[in-house]
Amino acid sequence: MAQSVNLKPFYVALGVVAVAGGAWIVSAAGGKTVTIPEIATGAAFSGYTLGSDSAKVEIIEYADFQCPACAMFTILTSPDVRSRLVNTGRVRWTFRDFPLPIHPKAPVAHLAAACAGDQGQFWAMHDQLFYNQGAWVQGRTRKLVDGYAQVIGLEMSEFKQCMSDQRHVDRIAATRNAGQQLGVSSTPSFIIGDQLIAGSISIDKFIEFVERAERANEQQ
Amino acid sequence: MAVATLALFGFLLAMYLWLWKIGLLGGIACGTGSCEAVQFSEHAVMFGIPVAFFGVVGYLGLLITSLAGLQPAWIDRREPAILLATISGVGVAFSGYLTYLEAVVIEAWCRWCLVSAAIIGMIFLTALAELWARVRTEALFTGSSA
Repeated sequence: MAQSVNLKPFYVALGVVAVAGGAWIVSAAGGKTVTIPEIATGAAFSGYTLGSDSAKVEIIEYADFQCPACAMFTILTSPDVRSRLVNTGRVRWTFRDFPLPIHPKAPVAHLAAACAGDQGQFWAMHDQLFYNQGAWVQGRTRKLVDGYAQVIGLEMSEFKQCMSDQRHVDRIAATRNAGQQLGVSSTPSFIIGDQLIAGSISIDKFIEFVERAERANEQQ
Repeated sequence: MAVATLALFGFLLAMYLWLWKIGLLGGIACGTGSCEAVQFSEHAVMFGIPVAFFGVVGYLGLLITSLAGLQPAWIDRREPAILLATISGVGVAFSGYLTYLEAVVIEAWCRWCLVSAAIIGMIFLTALAELWARVRTEALFTGSSA
């Protein structure tokens, strides 16, 4: 019943499509990078930092606490970045707020992190928010965020006052606007040297960008 | 062969959307569409799994089944065609539901999701046509040998 058909050309064509498609995906995996103006990294609020002030390279992260890719980055890649680049003194890490309008619960989370920052606990709240993202996005956000504040040992009356005053809302909006002016349009985005990288990248890519920035610094 | 080719395109597309969703790719190339709005919505994850991953698994299943159906041991049998029509039928229903969510609930369009919906629709129609042709051929042979 079946006709004998030579399938070799078909398999070759299919292989070519597979390789071309795979190459397209791999090429997108490095993150989209653009060169930003030299003066543009400055902003009214410099962000929350980790690491040594004397580090020769700064990585600026623009992130949204409700963004799943940002949480994924914080959980999967950030520990490596901290241990291999930040804790070794090579990199100073800076977090800047970039709440996306499509995320209705992001403003509360960014405000909570900023209020925790007033008590020197920004990074503790940062980790609570990203590691528990699924819970507070789906559940009662304010109640859960208050719970995280208690867990990290904040002085609760001061934290609640800061939240109800919406003390940092304007500053967060200004930070986001400054990011937009730099060309940030999605999260997470990173600025390393004069490169703006949209999307999460691997630890190897971070090291590559940091080495490039170190070489550029040495040449200056 | 048409199903295998379409399934490969669908697989690559779903893989792209899935890798982007889990944060391994840069900004999504979406033209004037609203891929980010759709992909960031709560409907982009089901049972804790990114929806695009269901596409990766589904298209891979279709690709493997269609290639298996081309092998000498299976080429005269109708089971691969039935399986292709079944998997793609489920895919069409799922894509239809996702397209409904885009139109009515999220109110934003992800053009890659629409391309995927078109691909799965074409696979379903092709698989149905193939199954129908096979059934007719079998009926003719059965009729002529009776």
